[in-house]
Amino acid sequence: MALNLWRFASPQVIYPIAGRMAPMFMAAALVLGLVGLYIGFFVAPTDFQQGESYRIIFIHVPAAWMSMVIYLAMAFWCAVGMIMNTRLSFMMALALAPTGALMTFIALWTGALWGKPTWGAWWVWDARLTSELILLFLYIGFMSLHAAIDDVRRADRAAGLLALVGVVNVPIIYFSVQWWNTLHQGASVSLTRAPSMATTMLTGMLIMALAAWMYSIAASLMRLRVIILEREADADWVREQIAPAWRGART
Amino acid sequence: MEAVLDTARENRTGLAGVFVSVVQRDLLLAVRRRADVLTSFFFFIIVVSLFPLGVGPEPNTLREIAPGVVWVAALLASMLALHRLLAGDYADGTLEQLVLSAQPLTLLVLGKILAHWLVTGIPLVLIAPLLGLQFGLPGDALAVMTLGLLLGTPVLSMLGAIGAALTLGVRGAGGLVALLVLPLYIPVLIFGAGAVSAAMSGQSVEGHMSLLAAFLLFSVVVAPWATAAAIRIAME
Amino acid sequence: MNWGSAAEFFAMGGYGLFVWGSYAVSAAVIVAELALLVRRRRTCLRRISRRVTSEKSAS
Repeated sequence: MALNLWRFASPQVIYPIAGRMAPMFMAAALVLGLVGLYIGFFVAPTDFQQGESYRIIFIHVPAAWMSMVIYLAMAFWCAVGMIMNTRLSFMMALALAPTGALMTFIALWTGALWGKPTWGAWWVWDARLTSELILLFLYIGFMSLHAAIDDVRRADRAAGLLALVGVVNVPIIYFSVQWWNTLHQGASVSLTRAPSMATTMLTGMLIMALAAWMYSIAASLMRLRVIILEREADADWVREQIAPAWRGART
Repeated sequence: MEAVLDTARENRTGLAGVFVSVVQRDLLLAVRRRADVLTSFFFFIIVVSLFPLGVGPEPNTLREIAPGVVWVAALLASMLALHRLLAGDYADGTLEQLVLSAQPLTLLVLGKILAHWLVTGIPLVLIAPLLGLQFGLPGDALAVMTLGLLLGTPVLSMLGAIGAALTLGVRGAGGLVALLVLPLYIPVLIFGAGAVSAAMSGQSVEGHMSLLAAFLLFSVVVAPWATAAAIRIAME
Repeated sequence: MNWGSAAEFFAMGGYGLFVWGSYAVSAAVIVAELALLVRRRRTCLRRISRRVTSEKSAS
């Protein structure tokens, strides 16, 4: 059993598997996204307080959730890589990072556009948005550190350590920012939806969250394949099977 | 340099002795390279003094922004001083010796961080009350600020050490360390500055101080170990 | 259905700019991510094939 599992630590084995899985996840993301958006725009009613502007939550909240989930997944794979010394784990973490950063950006952008009509300002220093901003810094730090170190193995492990230090700090940072926010209550407001959300709104949001999750997996798997190719460029299987097949398909 | 370390090693044995030797050596080096040390100190003073020039001399405004300004300046000054912690030893091979030695690297790192804080952190703590006076902070707020910095600056040194170790020998390490470490500093900043603001509005600072103390305890336990791990990664 | 006409749909009760601004940028960002990924893959494979070809012809 253990012998069997180690197969999946090989880039060569995972490459075709990821290649088959990515399109499936992307298709799921598309379907779920269309269903979710349909519910969000055509089924969910107008909000009593915020009018139509609340419909931004159907992309804002899923993106925010994904940004956090991806960071956790990234840190998880870094931990696996550090403990098991498998380079594929680090490749997976590296594949997740840009997608996570993008989700964070979307959460911030949509958060600002939601905040403007709702609270009158393009940026409100509420706990969640501020924490998202800090999370973006953590993602950028991870990617920058990896890019700055020439030796790939050292880069993997240094960035891995950084991710683990970051993941430990995220709850501390979130708690601190939340406290800071409640203190300065006058100037800031929370973008949290009131707990009594119409069922249709909740359903739409959850389906969109699922769609975002499927998309993230698909994008990460696609990126993982490219990273595998880049790192294993000198391997026989790449040179003798993948590259010629790709060239053959193009001519 | 080697002679100092050797003599210290001869005179002392055991983990405590090694720890003291490391601290001693780093302090001695800092004394010899005084300019290095004073730079971040004056940077702190200049940055703090810049804010009234940018914001205007209105006393109420200055009093309100003072906690944030002093704490952020302390953050930045700590960042500036970080390269001294490991870069020199990395360049001349001493760090390699420390890694290869039979002594636990975590302990050696803790010693280096302590020496670093004594030389770069303590001066900030001492001069901060004077700078606070510039901003018109009342007495009890000054006390809270000083105590807060006393608890907070070691944490800055320790978190910074992790960043310095991760970026050993990397091009553009200075800016990169700031990018990596400043987000981690944020809780210390929030509660350190928050304590001073609370003192000014007559509220209790117990919670803030307890949290700062908790951060300090947490970093002392985790940071040297993470720094040692990062050094090993860099030296492979 | 919530909307009386297409015009109503695009207006979003006056919040059109914010709602569509959000979705448009999000969509653009996602498309950009995928496009960059495809380009990265292409560049990588091109480089590898070129190297394989040149090494083959050299030997």
